[in-house]
Amino acid sequence: MKKTIVLLAFLLAAGISQAQDKKFTAAMEKQLAAMDSSKTKEQFQASFNAFERIGNAEKNEWLPKYYMAFCSLMMGYMDDTRKTDDYCDKADQLLALADSLSPNNSEIYALRSMSASARIRVSPMTRGAKYGQESGVLLAKAKELDASNPRVYLLEGQGLFYTPPAFGGGKDKAQPVLEDAVKKYEAFRPASSIHPAWGLPRAKKMLEECRK
Amino acid sequence: MKTLKIICLFLLLLLAAPAVPAQTAVSGTVKDEKKAQVPGANVFIKNSYDGTSSDARGNFSFNTSESGAMIIVCSMLGYETVEKPVTISGAALSVDFILKEKISELDVVVISAGTIEASDEKKTTVLKPLDIVTTAGANGDVYGALKTLPGTQQVGESEGLFVRGGTGAETKTVIDGMLVHNPFFSSVPDIAQRGRFSPFLFKGTVFSTGGYSAQYGQGLSSVLVLETQDLPDRTSSTLALSSVGVGAGHNQLWKEKGMSAGFEVNYTNLAPYFALVKQAQEYVRNPQFTGGSVNFRKKTSSTGMLKFYGYFNTGDLALKRHDIDSVDHKSLFDLRNENVYTNLSWREYAGRWRIDLASSYSCNRDRILLDADTISGISQLSQGRAMASRGIGTRSQVRFGGEYQYLTEDGRFNQYTRGFYDNYGAGFVETDIYFSPKLVARAGGRFESSSVLARTNVAPRASLALRTGRHSQASLAYGDFYQKPDRDFLYFPGGIDYEKATHYILNYQVVTDSLTFRVELYHKTYDQLVKTVPVLSNAGDGYARGIDVFWRDKKSFRNVDYWISYTYIDTKRNWRDYPKPVMPTFAADHNASLVFKKFFPKIRTSAGFSYLYSTGRPYYNPNNPEFLGDRTYDLHSLNLNASYLTRIGKAFTVVVLSVTNVPGFSQVYGYRYSSDGLRRETIGPPAKRMIFAGLFMSFGQDRSREVLNNNN
Repeated sequence: MKKTIVLLAFLLAAGISQAQDKKFTAAMEKQLAAMDSSKTKEQFQASFNAFERIGNAEKNEWLPKYYMAFCSLMMGYMDDTRKTDDYCDKADQLLALADSLSPNNSEIYALRSMSASARIRVSPMTRGAKYGQESGVLLAKAKELDASNPRVYLLEGQGLFYTPPAFGGGKDKAQPVLEDAVKKYEAFRPASSIHPAWGLPRAKKMLEECRK
Repeated sequence: MKTLKIICLFLLLLLAAPAVPAQTAVSGTVKDEKKAQVPGANVFIKNSYDGTSSDARGNFSFNTSESGAMIIVCSMLGYETVEKPVTISGAALSVDFILKEKISELDVVVISAGTIEASDEKKTTVLKPLDIVTTAGANGDVYGALKTLPGTQQVGESEGLFVRGGTGAETKTVIDGMLVHNPFFSSVPDIAQRGRFSPFLFKGTVFSTGGYSAQYGQGLSSVLVLETQDLPDRTSSTLALSSVGVGAGHNQLWKEKGMSAGFEVNYTNLAPYFALVKQAQEYVRNPQFTGGSVNFRKKTSSTGMLKFYGYFNTGDLALKRHDIDSVDHKSLFDLRNENVYTNLSWREYAGRWRIDLASSYSCNRDRILLDADTISGISQLSQGRAMASRGIGTRSQVRFGGEYQYLTEDGRFNQYTRGFYDNYGAGFVETDIYFSPKLVARAGGRFESSSVLARTNVAPRASLALRTGRHSQASLAYGDFYQKPDRDFLYFPGGIDYEKATHYILNYQVVTDSLTFRVELYHKTYDQLVKTVPVLSNAGDGYARGIDVFWRDKKSFRNVDYWISYTYIDTKRNWRDYPKPVMPTFAADHNASLVFKKFFPKIRTSAGFSYLYSTGRPYYNPNNPEFLGDRTYDLHSLNLNASYLTRIGKAFTVVVLSVTNVPGFSQVYGYRYSSDGLRRETIGPPAKRMIFAGLFMSFGQDRSREVLNNNN
C-alpha cells in the first residue's frame, strides 16, 4: 500500500514536471515562431518581452535569456546608432547570465561575438580595430566549442562581407565561408525544437549578394 | 483497498484532466513621468508566464490564471522596473504604471565650466583623440589642434597655448599628474615649435580654459591634463615615413601577464624639405632631431596599473636672421638641445579608495650661440605626487594629496653664471558633492609653498553644475590661481611674490551624440603681475573678459563632422615694462575657427579643411605715442588635409597630406622696428605655406584571424 502511494506520488510529480516542461517548450515554440516572422523593431520588442516573461517564470533556463539578447541585438540594428551601445549592453548582460546557466556554450559565444561586431557601427573608424578583434576572439571560441555550429560560419562570412577588401575582407573572401555555412546549416540538427536554428535565410541571401 | 481506489481515481483525474483555472482580466496603461504613453513595455505577473506588451497607445490587457497575492511587474529598456503587489481573485483588475527614466551615466551632471575633454572612454566628451590628429592645420600636434577650440588665441610666432588673454607660459602641461617642464621643443626666434609628445600616446585629454581643479596649480590661465594609454589592445609595430623624417616603434603585449613594453625611435631632418620649400630664414645647419622613447605598463592587480614612460631627444640647428639695425649683417642663432623626460605612475583601488602615486625626472640642456655670445642653461626637475580619492555615497567624491618639486636652473652667459633652486611643495583637498544626479558642487583649496620666493599661498576653488535638461547643463566656476614668476626673475627674486589670477566662469552646454553647443562667459582678474619698471615688483594687474561659443555637428550631413568656435575677448594688462594697462600683443579681439572633416567610405579617405580668422593684434611702434596702439591686419588661414586608409601587405596604413595656408594669405603676427624707429620688418611665418606628407604603418599581430584561418 505504502509503496503504491509512493509510486503514484512519484508519477504525479513526474507528470507535473513534464507538464511544466511541456508548458515551457510550448510557450517557447510559440514565441520562436513569432520571432522568426518578426520584421520591425516593435515586433522584436514584443518578442523580447515574451521571452522575458518566460525567463521570469523559468529562472534556470538559458534559452529565454539567449533569445532576449538576440531580439535586443535585432532592435539595435533597426534603431539609431546613438542607442546601439544600450542594446548591446543589455544583450551582453543577458548573455553573461545565460553563460552562467550554460557555460561553454557555442551559441552563447557566437551571439556575444555578434554583439561586439554590432558596436562597430557607432563609429567604424575609431571602433573597428578594438571591437573587430574582440568579436573575432569570441567567434573563435564559439568555433572551438562546436565546429559544426552553422551560425559561427554565418557570422564569420558576414564579418568578411562587410570588411573592406583592403583590410582582408570583401565578397570573394566571404563567399567560400558562406557556402560552407549553408552546407553546415543543412547538416545541422538543433538539440531540440527550441534550440537556436536561425540564420539560414540570411546566409543564403548574403551568398547571392556575393555571387552577383 | 477502497481508499486506494479513490486515491488512484483522484490522481488520474488530476493528471488526465487539464486544469481549467479561473481567468482574471488585467488591464491598464503605461506612462512615463511626463505623462506620455510608453508602447512596447513588458507587463507581467512575477514568476508566471502571464503577461503582454503595451500597445502603441501604452495600453495593455491580458488574462491570468494565477490567483492570490501576486506581484505585477512593468519593465522597459531605459526605465526603472516597477513592481506592484496585487490580489488576483477573479474580479477584473486595473493597474496603471508610471515609469521613471533610468539614470544612465550620460545623464549624470559633470563640472563643465572651463573644461573641454577629449577622451575615448567617456561619451560626453567634446573631442576624441583621433579628432586631434585629423584636424587640418594641426599637423598631428596636440597643441595645434587645441588652437581650433574656443578660448585660445592665434599666436603664430611662439609656441604655447595662449588662453583668454594669457601668455603661453600661463598654460601648464601635465602628463599623468606630473608637470612637464619642457612640453615644446626649445624656442627659436619667430618660429613656433611643436609639442614634444605624439597625440597617440594619450587616451585622454582635458583642456581647461580656466577654473580648473585644486589638484593642479601654477597655471594662471589654463592647464592641459594628458593621460597616457594603458595596456594596448595587441602587440604591434609601427613605421613612419614623412617629408620631415622617419620613425619606427614596437609595442609588445603579454596579455596573460597583463604587461606591455615598447619603444619608439625617430629621426627628423628638415634639409630635404627646406631644399624644396624656401624658408624666410637662412639656415647654416638645417634642423635635425634625433629621439626616442620607451614605455612599460603592467597591471599590478586586477585594478592596479603601473606605467613608465621615458623620452629623450636631441636637437640641433643654426640659422641667420637679418638684423634690422644694420644693412647687411645677419645675426647667428645656433641652438643645440638635449632633453630627457621620465614619468613613473601607479594607480590602485582598495575598496572605495583610489591611490595615485607618480614621480618624474626631467633634464633639459640648451646651448645657444647668439652671434659671438654663448648662452646655455640646464633645467632639472624632480617631482613626486600622491593623491588619495574616495567615493562617498553613490557619486560624491573626496580627494586630497600633495606634490613636491625640486627644480634647479643653471644658466650661463659667456663667462657669467647664475643659478637657483626651488623646493616647491603643494597640498590640496577637494570634494565633489552630488546633491542629486542633476546637481553637483565642487569645493576645494590648494596650498603652495616655494623656497626661492620664500612665500606661500592658499587658493580656494569652487564650482557648481546643474543639469537643466536631458542633454543640457549649466555650470559655474570660481578660483584663485597662483604662478611663480618666469624663470628670468627667479635668479634674483628680491622678495617678489607669486602672480595671481582670479577666474569667474559661467558655462551652458548641450551635448548629444551628434551635436554639441557650448557658450561660456568669463571674467579673469590679474593681480601681482611682475613689473620691471620703475623697479622689480608685483605692482602689475590686468583683466580679461569675454565670451566663447562652440558648435559641433556630426550628424546633419552624411559622414561630415564640423565645428565652429568663436572667442571674443576684452583684455588689458599692466605688466613688465608697460607704462599703463593696455591690450597685450598676444591677444586679438575676435578669434574664430571653422574645422570641417568629411569621410568618403568608398575610397576610405577622410578630407578636411580648417579656416582660422583673427582680428589684428597690437604691436609696438616706437613712433606711436599711444603705447601698443597699433594693430596688425586681420589674420586668415585656410588649411587643407587628407588621409587615406589602406593596407600594404599586412600593415594597416594611413597616408596623410596636409598644407597650411593654401591660398597663400599674407600673414602678419607683428612688426619689429629698428632702434631708430625708421624701418620695420614683418614678423610672420617662416614660409607662406607648410606642406606635410607622411605614411604611417601599423603591423598588428591579430591572433584571432590566425586562429580562424588555422581551424579551417
